[in-house]
Amino acid sequence: MTKALEISKLCKTYGGGFQALKSISFSVDQGDFFALLGPNGAGKSTTLGIVSSLVNKSSGKVNVFGYDLDSDLVKAKTCLGVVPQEFNFNQFEKVGDILITQAGYYGIPASQAQVNADFYLKKLGLWDKRDIPSRMLSGGMKRRLMIARALVHNPKLLILDEPTAGVDIELRRSMWAFLQELNEQGTTIILTTHYLEEAESLCRNIAIIDQGEILENTSMKSLLKTLNVETFILEIDKTLSDAPVLAGFDTRINSDGALEVDVRKDQNMSQLFECLAPFDWVVTSIRSKSNRLEELFLGLLRKDKTDNEQGNAA
Amino acid sequence: MTARKVWIAFTTIVMKEIRRFMRIWVQTLLPPAIMMALYFVIFGNLIGSRIGEMGGFDYMEFIVPGLIMMSVITNSYANVVSSFFGMKFQGSIEEILVSPVPNWVVLSGYVMGGVGRGLAVGFIVTLLSLGFTDLHIEHIGVTASVIFLTAVLFSLGGFINAIYATKFDDISIVPTFILTPLTYLGGVFYSITLLPEFWQVVSKFNPILYMVNTFRYGILGVSDVSVVFAYSMIIGFIVLLFSFSLHLLNKGQGIRA
Repeated sequence: MTKALEISKLCKTYGGGFQALKSISFSVDQGDFFALLGPNGAGKSTTLGIVSSLVNKSSGKVNVFGYDLDSDLVKAKTCLGVVPQEFNFNQFEKVGDILITQAGYYGIPASQAQVNADFYLKKLGLWDKRDIPSRMLSGGMKRRLMIARALVHNPKLLILDEPTAGVDIELRRSMWAFLQELNEQGTTIILTTHYLEEAESLCRNIAIIDQGEILENTSMKSLLKTLNVETFILEIDKTLSDAPVLAGFDTRINSDGALEVDVRKDQNMSQLFECLAPFDWVVTSIRSKSNRLEELFLGLLRKDKTDNEQGNAA
Repeated sequence: MTARKVWIAFTTIVMKEIRRFMRIWVQTLLPPAIMMALYFVIFGNLIGSRIGEMGGFDYMEFIVPGLIMMSVITNSYANVVSSFFGMKFQGSIEEILVSPVPNWVVLSGYVMGGVGRGLAVGFIVTLLSLGFTDLHIEHIGVTASVIFLTAVLFSLGGFINAIYATKFDDISIVPTFILTPLTYLGGVFYSITLLPEFWQVVSKFNPILYMVNTFRYGILGVSDVSVVFAYSMIIGFIVLLFSFSLHLLNKGQGIRA
């Protein structure tokens, strides 16, 4: 089956000599929900910029649904919808006009453009705002407008560059639900985000990029499996001065006075509660100390940094 | 893209541009109308009555074609340079860059938007001029074609300026320091036959002289220059600037990293 996106030996060196991408390769299957993660300046936006023709590549190949960006650019672009990181619509144009104009760029007749625009305006809660200038929208509405604009020509591949940056939790959740629904209907989605919880809950496959190189490219499940230890924070109904000794578990009291317990991959929560039973405590709440993907992400970046330092020293 | 889709994309850009300058008519259509009305009153009525005839016509009759052409030149240029640079500045140029619209369609769309504003202002100024003088058009074909081609040419100029502009100052340098002096010295207010021979030769290096005089030929039937040469020059410049603009777009100059 043709890949939704296939990137091969992609390099980008900017004018000043900065090498943003160092021969990266990865692919995204049709229908996938794919996360491209990395710290600031890792090369995520450059990669997506090249795919969406906003950045000229230095070398390498990019295919979108089998269409080569070098030889079949128009067909490749027709398959793409792009939601950039920064607000980039005309601040003076009306919300509805922005969508209809965008559809026009794809050669969609005005009557059909109106139908598509109305559909996405309603779907993304912007229907009431269709006749006001886009600058009057709130931050969250502007984000949704950019998503609606990217979808107005019904693309097969949607690229979202930090779509929920600066969006409140409630709106973020509703955007997740919308994106999941879109993906279930067959749209391939590529997402970059700094909210690793977002990537963990939405994406099936993942690539982690740092300093222009792909550090990891695998399924979310297999990546999370590599995590050996997860730390849980337990709130107890008593104030503890010292961490209790729980057979097989590492424990400590954190700065808030709560109990932290490390649970290895070969252990489970039932074993932990068995160990806690003799203490006659009431566990009032339990939560994971940090996002699992965040731990992995930081671990991979730390490892990459150490490898680079060792390489430089050698 | 199929021909039909290309046409839809082209008309989308043109209509967007027309909507833009109509929405801000107080900035785009009103000022040139006021400015030209002042020219008609001051240069045409007050001073013109003391000047007498110019090239065999009332001074007012003589300057009307030049003033119409001047407003077309400045407005077609200003529309494209401000609109395209504005899109670059706001980032909304990316809406077009990610879409499958071919570059020649993008360029043609913006140029036609500039032509639209140039001709709209030209039409308003022509209507105003009727309040000051009778306008008899000698050669309607020449009048219409030369004003259209000139608007195309200066729209292309505005497009190239917008491509290279990196700040708002950059879009006013060419109109202020190049276009305005060349227009004023391009025979809008006088016939170059009044100039000493040396300055007549110098004036003939000014391309705007040919456009103003060809337009004047269309309306009054008189010109200081060869109309055939003027057409060749305008078309030659259009081909040159269109090719150069397209090259810049294909290269991504100023719009792609």
